[in-house]
Amino acid sequence: MNFIEARKLVHEYFRRDEEGNVEGILTALDGVDLQVKPGEFVAVLGHNGSGKSTLAKHLNVLLRASEGTLWIDGKDAMDEEYLWDIRRSAGMVFQNPDNQLIASVVEEDVAFGPENIGVPTDEIWKRVEKSLSSVGMLKYRAHSPNKLSGGQKQRVAIAGVMAMEPKCIVLDEPTAMLDPNGRREVLEAVETLNREKGVTVIFITHYMEEVIRADRVYVMDHGKVVMQGTPRQVFSQAEALKSYRLDVPQITLLAYELRKAGLDVPEGILTREELVESLCRLY
Amino acid sequence: MIRDITIGQYYPSDSIIHRLDPRVKLMGTLVYVLSLFIFRGVPGFLAVTAGLVFFIRCSKVPFGYMVKGLKAIAVILVITAAFNLFLTPGEPLVSFWKFKITQQGLKSAGFMVVRLAYLVLGSSVLTLATTPNQLTDGMEKSLRPLNKIGIPVHEVSMIMSIALRFIPILVEETDKIMKAQLARGADFESGNLIKRAKSMVPLLVPLFISAFRRANDLAMAMEARCYNGGAGRTKMKPLKYARRDGAAYLLIAGYFAAVLSLRIWL
Repeated sequence: MNFIEARKLVHEYFRRDEEGNVEGILTALDGVDLQVKPGEFVAVLGHNGSGKSTLAKHLNVLLRASEGTLWIDGKDAMDEEYLWDIRRSAGMVFQNPDNQLIASVVEEDVAFGPENIGVPTDEIWKRVEKSLSSVGMLKYRAHSPNKLSGGQKQRVAIAGVMAMEPKCIVLDEPTAMLDPNGRREVLEAVETLNREKGVTVIFITHYMEEVIRADRVYVMDHGKVVMQGTPRQVFSQAEALKSYRLDVPQITLLAYELRKAGLDVPEGILTREELVESLCRLY
Repeated sequence: MIRDITIGQYYPSDSIIHRLDPRVKLMGTLVYVLSLFIFRGVPGFLAVTAGLVFFIRCSKVPFGYMVKGLKAIAVILVITAAFNLFLTPGEPLVSFWKFKITQQGLKSAGFMVVRLAYLVLGSSVLTLATTPNQLTDGMEKSLRPLNKIGIPVHEVSMIMSIALRFIPILVEETDKIMKAQLARGADFESGNLIKRAKSMVPLLVPLFISAFRRANDLAMAMEARCYNGGAGRTKMKPLKYARRDGAAYLLIAGYFAAVLSLRIWL
């Protein structure tokens, strides 16, 4: 069974004037279908305003759809009764590292989620230790979050979600405010969690380089899923991606241009090594 | 410049006072403040002085560091003393022009200044020897009975601890906005007080907007982590009384009994 099953999901934001009359409707999600299997690493790509963050908020039931159905971990997201169950099984990491850390000590922040769901004290200590070490932040446990770098803060936020032992974690542009080092740190932490702990990952971003190791990629534009498939399948369509205002990774673009110029390079090259190998094979 | 502000002026040390349960310290401070307002006469004064000296010694915070806290209330001290000195009726000791200083005035002025100064010194032992987090935890736990009359104790202490977490972030942000505006020719330093206050407006507007945005984000992040109020929450670091806390309670009770009996029998 799919962990996430979304069918024809529609979300409309209403813009109201001062009297509360509806002035305009913005359709942020327009019939989105999304299927995620347990243990998968799924990336959602899209430019600003493509509806990808709105989609992320649905997966944690911070927003509810205007139309369509959404099932998460076998539970109906439209049903008020399952709200907290769903939030426990699908954790969420947000964009701004400063605005999601609650406590003034790292370990206490990680403990915030388990505290909320009523985990006993001894168990909290174990979980905090486990999840901090799984993102490599154990030695900062007694620090103040204010003294950490952006990448470190984001890893603490991930640990905070992991301490609730969710089956799935949704990351809504976790790297958008980080420098290249921080981005790599966060990405590595997420990939490790996915590979070693089998956590389902939904990674929302607009940096295409970050998702070449994903199992599947969804591309969104104007509230619709416009492309989907493995990174290789998606990235091979460089022209289409450009029309959705996404930057194709340089290597893929180079391979694409070479292919267009008549060289016999395979479609959808993702890494430098692949390109080097296929070029060497030509001569 | 603005980043030098320190809040919750915790003085790290491992003294016995530092290690006490925050609830004991809150109770102790409350009792101490009460005792300041019930003592009378020189024996009572000696008793509270002995108490204060004992607490400060136990906390291992240097006395000079504590006296700094008195500077902030120097003006209030002077005004209080003046009012007591000149406006207490009784036997005039000295009189000049329209003013007269009475014996009673002198006495009450002296005691009032001592009371206020001791109040500040005594309560600064609490804030210097307790981390802000412990303080909010202690308050949440000792004020829990107020829940019954509809005061949201958990929520208030949650607000306080979040505020403490965000003070440095907002200070940094203020600094950033200030620099951005200075770079575009804003002037925060010159002019009289009113002019300077007015020049703060373009600083406050973006600061407020960003604070609201942060609050919104934070609320969402807290909800995503299953926060729904105090009910059913557990604690990573629950407050637990140790033996020394019991001893401290006894000591506090003894101190209070001594001050009270001095008042009644002397």
